[in-house]
Amino acid sequence: MSLINSVPEMALTTTVDDFLNWTRKSSLWYMMFGLACCAIEMMQAGGPRTDLDRFGMAPRATPRVSDLIIVSGTLTLKMALRTKILYDQMPEPRYVVSMGSCANCGGLFQLAYSVCDGVDKVIPVDVYVPGCPPRPESLVEGLVKLQEKIQQERWLVRKEPAVATA
Amino acid sequence: MLTLDPAAIHAQLRSRFGDAVGELVGQGGDASATVPPDRILEIATFCKTDPGLAFDCLSNLSGVDYPKRSAIQIVYHLYSYPNRHRFVLKVDAARDNPVVQSIAGVWAHAEWQEREVFDLLGVDFPGHPDLRRLLMPEDWPGHPLRKDFVEPEEYHGISTSRESLLKA
Repeated sequence: MSLINSVPEMALTTTVDDFLNWTRKSSLWYMMFGLACCAIEMMQAGGPRTDLDRFGMAPRATPRVSDLIIVSGTLTLKMALRTKILYDQMPEPRYVVSMGSCANCGGLFQLAYSVCDGVDKVIPVDVYVPGCPPRPESLVEGLVKLQEKIQQERWLVRKEPAVATA
Repeated sequence: MLTLDPAAIHAQLRSRFGDAVGELVGQGGDASATVPPDRILEIATFCKTDPGLAFDCLSNLSGVDYPKRSAIQIVYHLYSYPNRHRFVLKVDAARDNPVVQSIAGVWAHAEWQEREVFDLLGVDFPGHPDLRRLLMPEDWPGHPLRKDFVEPEEYHGISTSRESLLKA
Protein backbone atom coordinates (compact mmCIF):
# COMPACT_ATOMS: atom_id res chain seq x y z
CA MET A 1 0.00 0.00 0.00
CA SER A 2 1.37 3.37 -0.89
CA LEU A 3 2.13 5.57 2.11
CA ILE A 4 1.20 8.70 0.23
CA ASN A 5 -2.37 7.72 -0.31
CA SER A 6 -2.86 6.18 3.11
CA VAL A 7 -1.56 9.06 5.27
CA PRO A 8 -4.70 11.22 4.97
CA GLU A 9 -6.78 8.31 6.21
CA MET A 10 -4.51 7.56 9.19
CA ALA A 11 -5.29 8.33 12.81
CA LEU A 12 -2.48 9.11 15.24
CA THR A 13 -2.89 8.73 18.96
CA THR A 14 -1.26 10.92 21.59
CA THR A 15 -2.10 12.55 24.90
CA VAL A 16 -3.64 15.99 25.02
CA ASP A 17 -0.67 17.33 26.97
CA ASP A 18 1.81 16.00 24.48
CA PHE A 19 -0.18 17.41 21.60
CA LEU A 20 -0.47 20.85 23.18
CA ASN A 21 3.21 20.89 24.05
CA TRP A 22 4.11 19.81 20.54
CA THR A 23 2.11 22.68 19.05
CA ARG A 24 3.61 25.15 21.53
CA LYS A 25 7.20 24.17 21.02
CA SER A 26 6.76 24.21 17.26
CA SER A 27 5.65 27.81 17.04
CA LEU A 28 7.78 29.78 19.46
CA TRP A 29 7.42 33.38 18.38
CA TYR A 30 10.20 35.38 19.89
CA MET A 31 10.24 39.02 20.74
CA MET A 32 12.90 41.13 19.07
CA PHE A 33 14.95 42.13 22.07
CA GLY A 34 18.51 42.77 20.98
CA LEU A 35 20.39 44.72 23.61
CA ALA A 36 24.01 44.55 22.48
CA CYS A 37 26.44 42.55 20.37
CA CYS A 38 24.68 39.24 21.16
CA ALA A 39 21.82 40.57 19.07
CA ILE A 40 24.05 40.31 15.99
CA GLU A 41 24.48 36.60 16.66
CA MET A 42 20.75 36.29 17.27
CA MET A 43 20.11 37.80 13.84
CA GLN A 44 22.56 35.31 12.37
CA ALA A 45 20.67 32.50 14.08
CA GLY A 46 17.63 33.66 12.12
CA GLY A 47 19.65 33.63 8.91
CA PRO A 48 19.93 30.80 6.38
CA ARG A 49 22.66 28.74 8.08
CA THR A 50 20.88 27.88 11.33
CA ASP A 51 17.49 29.19 10.16
CA LEU A 52 15.23 29.56 13.19
CA ASP A 53 12.20 29.56 10.89
CA ARG A 54 12.42 25.80 10.55
CA PHE A 55 11.52 25.52 14.26
CA GLY A 56 8.46 27.64 13.61
CA MET A 57 10.14 30.62 15.21
CA ALA A 58 9.32 34.05 13.90
CA PRO A 59 10.48 37.40 15.29
CA ARG A 60 7.69 39.61 16.58
CA ALA A 61 7.84 43.32 17.26
CA THR A 62 5.52 43.30 20.26
CA PRO A 63 5.46 41.34 23.53
CA ARG A 64 1.67 40.91 23.26
CA VAL A 65 1.95 38.12 20.70
CA SER A 66 5.31 36.68 21.77
CA ASP A 67 5.92 33.36 23.50
CA LEU A 68 9.63 33.79 24.06
CA ILE A 69 11.98 36.60 24.92
CA ILE A 70 15.64 36.11 24.05
CA VAL A 71 17.53 38.56 26.25
CA SER A 72 20.57 39.09 24.09
CA GLY A 73 23.05 41.55 25.46
CA THR A 74 24.05 43.75 28.37
CA LEU A 75 21.10 44.62 30.55
CA THR A 76 21.47 48.04 32.15
CA LEU A 77 19.54 48.92 35.28
CA LYS A 78 17.61 51.46 33.25
CA MET A 79 16.55 48.73 30.82
CA ALA A 80 15.92 46.16 33.58
CA LEU A 81 12.76 47.92 34.73
CA ARG A 82 11.51 48.10 31.15
CA THR A 83 12.36 44.43 30.61
CA LYS A 84 10.12 43.55 33.54
CA ILE A 85 7.28 45.58 32.00
CA LEU A 86 7.73 43.88 28.62
CA TYR A 87 7.82 40.45 30.24
CA ASP A 88 4.62 41.20 32.14
CA GLN A 89 2.93 42.09 28.85
CA MET A 90 3.64 38.69 27.32
CA PRO A 91 0.77 36.17 27.45
CA GLU A 92 1.39 32.89 29.28
CA PRO A 93 2.90 30.41 28.72
CA ARG A 94 5.98 32.54 28.24
CA TYR A 95 9.63 31.62 28.19
CA VAL A 96 12.91 33.44 28.70
CA VAL A 97 16.26 32.59 27.16
CA SER A 98 19.22 34.44 28.64
CA MET A 99 21.79 34.73 25.89
CA GLY A 100 25.44 35.44 26.61
CA SER A 101 27.51 36.28 29.67
CA CYS A 102 26.04 39.75 30.19
CA ALA A 103 22.45 38.54 30.40
CA ASN A 104 23.55 35.54 32.51
CA CYS A 105 25.49 37.38 35.20
CA GLY A 106 26.53 40.84 34.02
CA GLY A 107 29.57 39.35 32.30
CA LEU A 108 32.39 41.71 31.51
CA PHE A 109 30.44 44.64 32.93
CA GLN A 110 29.41 43.02 36.19
CA LEU A 111 31.17 45.59 38.37
CA ALA A 112 29.92 48.57 36.40
CA TYR A 113 27.60 50.96 38.19
CA SER A 114 25.00 50.96 35.44
CA VAL A 115 24.67 47.24 34.68
CA CYS A 116 22.15 44.77 36.09
CA ASP A 117 24.08 41.63 37.05
CA GLY A 118 21.97 39.11 35.21
CA VAL A 119 18.46 39.18 33.81
CA ASP A 120 17.43 36.54 36.36
CA LYS A 121 17.38 39.30 38.97
CA VAL A 122 14.34 40.71 37.17
CA ILE A 123 12.52 37.88 35.38
CA PRO A 124 12.67 34.06 35.68
CA VAL A 125 14.98 32.43 33.13
CA ASP A 126 14.38 29.05 31.46
CA VAL A 127 17.61 28.52 29.56
CA TYR A 128 21.01 30.14 29.97
CA VAL A 129 23.23 30.17 26.89
CA PRO A 130 26.89 30.75 27.80
CA GLY A 131 29.34 32.56 25.55
CA CYS A 132 30.58 36.04 24.80
CA PRO A 133 28.82 36.20 22.47
CA PRO A 134 27.45 32.67 21.88
CA ARG A 135 27.64 31.47 18.30
CA PRO A 136 24.33 30.98 16.50
CA GLU A 137 24.80 27.22 16.95
CA SER A 138 24.95 27.70 20.73
CA LEU A 139 21.77 29.74 20.69
CA VAL A 140 20.02 27.10 18.59
CA GLU A 141 21.16 24.41 21.01
CA GLY A 142 19.70 26.49 23.85
CA LEU A 143 16.44 26.79 21.95
CA VAL A 144 16.36 23.03 21.35
CA LYS A 145 16.85 22.57 25.11
CA LEU A 146 13.93 24.93 25.65
CA GLN A 147 11.83 22.84 23.27
CA GLU A 148 12.71 19.72 25.27
CA LYS A 149 11.64 21.53 28.42
CA ILE A 150 8.36 22.60 26.86
CA GLN A 151 7.67 19.05 25.69
CA GLN A 152 7.90 17.80 29.28
CA GLU A 153 5.49 20.36 30.72
CA ARG A 154 2.16 19.26 32.21
CA TRP A 155 -0.06 22.31 32.11
CA LEU A 156 -3.28 20.34 32.63
CA VAL A 157 -2.04 18.55 35.74
CA ARG A 158 -2.11 20.65 38.87
CA LYS A 159 -0.90 18.91 42.01
CA GLU A 160 -0.70 21.92 44.28
CA PRO A 161 -2.52 25.26 44.39
CA ALA A 162 -1.36 27.70 41.77
CA VAL A 163 1.22 30.18 42.99
CA ALA A 164 1.61 33.53 41.31
CA THR A 165 4.93 33.73 39.52
CA ALA A 166 7.34 36.26 40.92
CA MET B 1 44.38 78.02 5.62
CA LEU B 2 46.92 78.75 8.29
CA THR B 3 47.79 76.05 10.79
CA LEU B 4 48.72 77.60 14.10
CA ASP B 5 50.87 75.99 16.75
CA PRO B 6 49.52 75.89 20.33
CA ALA B 7 51.62 78.86 21.43
CA ALA B 8 50.13 81.04 18.68
CA ILE B 9 46.59 79.94 19.53
CA HIS B 10 47.27 80.67 23.18
CA ALA B 11 48.69 84.08 22.31
CA GLN B 12 45.55 84.93 20.30
CA LEU B 13 43.31 83.94 23.19
CA ARG B 14 45.48 85.93 25.60
CA SER B 15 45.39 89.05 23.45
CA ARG B 16 41.59 88.86 23.28
CA PHE B 17 40.71 87.78 26.84
CA GLY B 18 43.76 88.77 28.86
CA ASP B 19 44.38 87.01 32.14
CA ALA B 20 41.10 85.11 31.95
CA VAL B 21 43.04 82.58 29.87
CA GLY B 22 45.53 80.72 32.03
CA GLU B 23 49.07 79.62 31.34
CA LEU B 24 49.85 77.37 28.40
CA VAL B 25 50.39 73.86 29.74
CA GLY B 26 51.66 70.89 27.74
CA GLN B 27 52.55 70.76 24.09
CA GLY B 28 51.36 69.42 20.77
CA GLY B 29 47.88 67.98 20.86
CA ASP B 30 47.83 68.13 24.66
CA ALA B 31 48.48 71.87 24.92
CA SER B 32 45.83 73.38 27.12
CA ALA B 33 44.81 76.51 28.97
CA THR B 34 42.43 76.90 31.89
CA VAL B 35 39.58 79.39 31.63
CA PRO B 36 36.98 80.49 34.23
CA PRO B 37 33.61 78.69 34.26
CA ASP B 38 31.63 81.89 33.76
CA ARG B 39 33.53 82.94 30.61
CA ILE B 40 33.72 79.66 28.70
CA LEU B 41 30.73 80.56 26.53
CA GLU B 42 32.33 83.78 25.36
CA ILE B 43 35.71 82.12 24.76
CA ALA B 44 34.15 79.15 22.97
CA THR B 45 32.16 81.46 20.71
CA PHE B 46 35.34 83.34 19.84
CA CYS B 47 37.23 80.09 19.15
CA LYS B 48 34.56 79.02 16.72
CA THR B 49 33.88 82.30 14.93
CA ASP B 50 37.35 83.85 14.74
CA PRO B 51 38.61 83.21 11.18
CA GLY B 52 42.18 82.68 12.37
CA LEU B 53 41.19 79.99 14.88
CA ALA B 54 38.06 78.56 13.16
CA PHE B 55 37.56 75.72 15.63
CA ASP B 56 34.51 74.30 13.92
CA CYS B 57 34.64 70.95 15.71
CA LEU B 58 34.34 70.11 19.37
CA SER B 59 36.06 66.71 19.33
CA ASN B 60 35.23 65.88 22.89
CA LEU B 61 33.76 67.29 26.05
CA SER B 62 34.48 65.38 29.22
CA GLY B 63 34.65 65.82 32.96
CA VAL B 64 37.22 64.77 35.54
CA ASP B 65 36.79 64.61 39.29
CA TYR B 66 39.70 65.88 41.43
CA PRO B 67 38.64 65.37 45.06
CA LYS B 68 42.05 66.37 46.49
CA ARG B 69 41.85 69.91 45.17
CA SER B 70 38.06 69.88 45.44
CA ALA B 71 37.45 70.56 41.76
CA ILE B 72 35.61 69.09 38.84
CA GLN B 73 37.36 69.86 35.61
CA ILE B 74 35.54 70.06 32.29
CA VAL B 75 37.83 69.44 29.33
CA TYR B 76 37.04 70.71 25.83
CA HIS B 77 39.02 69.30 22.91
CA LEU B 78 38.76 71.64 19.99
CA TYR B 79 39.73 70.91 16.40
CA SER B 80 39.68 73.03 13.30
CA TYR B 81 39.02 71.19 10.06
CA PRO B 82 39.80 74.18 7.80
CA ASN B 83 43.02 75.13 9.63
CA ARG B 84 43.99 71.67 10.88
CA HIS B 85 45.06 72.70 14.32
CA ARG B 86 43.85 71.73 17.76
CA PHE B 87 43.69 73.09 21.27
CA VAL B 88 42.37 72.07 24.68
CA LEU B 89 40.39 74.29 27.01
CA LYS B 90 39.89 73.35 30.64
CA VAL B 91 37.46 74.71 33.17
CA ASP B 92 37.74 74.16 36.91
CA ALA B 93 34.43 74.16 38.75
CA ALA B 94 33.92 74.01 42.51
CA ARG B 95 33.28 70.42 43.50
CA ASP B 96 30.52 71.12 46.03
CA ASN B 97 28.50 73.21 43.58
CA PRO B 98 29.85 72.88 40.05
CA VAL B 99 28.29 75.36 37.64
CA VAL B 100 29.70 75.86 34.15
CA GLN B 101 28.16 77.85 31.31
CA SER B 102 26.63 75.64 28.62
CA ILE B 103 28.22 75.77 25.18
CA ALA B 104 25.46 73.74 23.52
CA GLY B 105 24.54 76.89 21.60
CA VAL B 106 28.01 77.06 20.06
CA TRP B 107 28.59 73.43 19.12
CA ALA B 108 25.23 71.66 19.00
CA HIS B 109 26.64 68.24 19.80
CA ALA B 110 27.89 69.51 23.13
CA GLU B 111 24.28 69.07 24.20
CA TRP B 112 24.47 65.32 24.84
CA GLN B 113 28.02 65.49 26.13
CA GLU B 114 26.99 68.07 28.71
CA ARG B 115 24.06 65.85 29.62
CA GLU B 116 26.50 62.99 30.16
CA VAL B 117 28.74 65.12 32.39
CA PHE B 118 25.67 66.28 34.29
CA ASP B 119 24.56 62.66 34.70
CA LEU B 120 27.87 61.16 35.77
CA LEU B 121 29.49 64.06 37.64
CA GLY B 122 26.61 66.30 38.63
CA VAL B 123 27.75 69.48 36.91
CA ASP B 124 25.08 72.10 36.29
CA PHE B 125 25.17 73.75 32.85
CA PRO B 126 23.04 76.93 32.89
CA GLY B 127 21.83 77.70 29.38
CA HIS B 128 21.50 74.06 28.36
CA PRO B 129 18.23 73.46 26.46
CA ASP B 130 17.38 70.07 28.00
CA LEU B 131 19.53 69.07 30.95
CA ARG B 132 18.36 65.56 31.88
CA ARG B 133 20.19 62.37 32.78
CA LEU B 134 21.48 60.59 29.70
CA LEU B 135 22.79 57.16 30.74
CA MET B 136 21.55 56.42 34.23
CA PRO B 137 17.88 55.98 35.21
CA GLU B 138 16.03 59.21 35.97
CA ASP B 139 15.67 58.39 39.67
CA TRP B 140 19.27 57.24 40.20
CA PRO B 141 20.87 58.57 43.39
CA GLY B 142 24.18 60.38 43.03
CA HIS B 143 26.69 60.68 40.21
CA PRO B 144 28.70 57.50 39.48
CA LEU B 145 31.95 59.02 38.18
CA ARG B 146 32.59 60.99 41.35
CA LYS B 147 35.38 59.30 43.24
CA ASP B 148 33.40 59.15 46.47
CA PHE B 149 30.34 57.56 44.83
CA VAL B 150 29.11 54.46 46.64
CA GLU B 151 26.94 52.13 44.61
CA PRO B 152 23.59 51.52 46.34
CA GLU B 153 22.93 47.96 47.54
CA GLU B 154 19.84 47.69 45.41
CA TYR B 155 17.82 49.59 42.87
CA HIS B 156 14.03 49.07 42.79
CA GLY B 157 14.51 45.69 44.47
CA ILE B 158 17.23 44.59 42.04
CA SER B 159 20.40 43.84 43.99
CA THR B 160 23.43 45.42 42.36
CA SER B 161 25.95 42.74 43.28
CA ARG B 162 26.34 39.08 42.51
CA GLU B 163 28.16 36.45 44.53
CA SER B 164 31.27 35.17 42.82
CA LEU B 165 31.22 31.53 41.82
CA LEU B 166 34.98 31.33 42.29
CA LYS B 167 34.78 31.72 46.09
CA ALA B 168 32.79 28.51 46.56
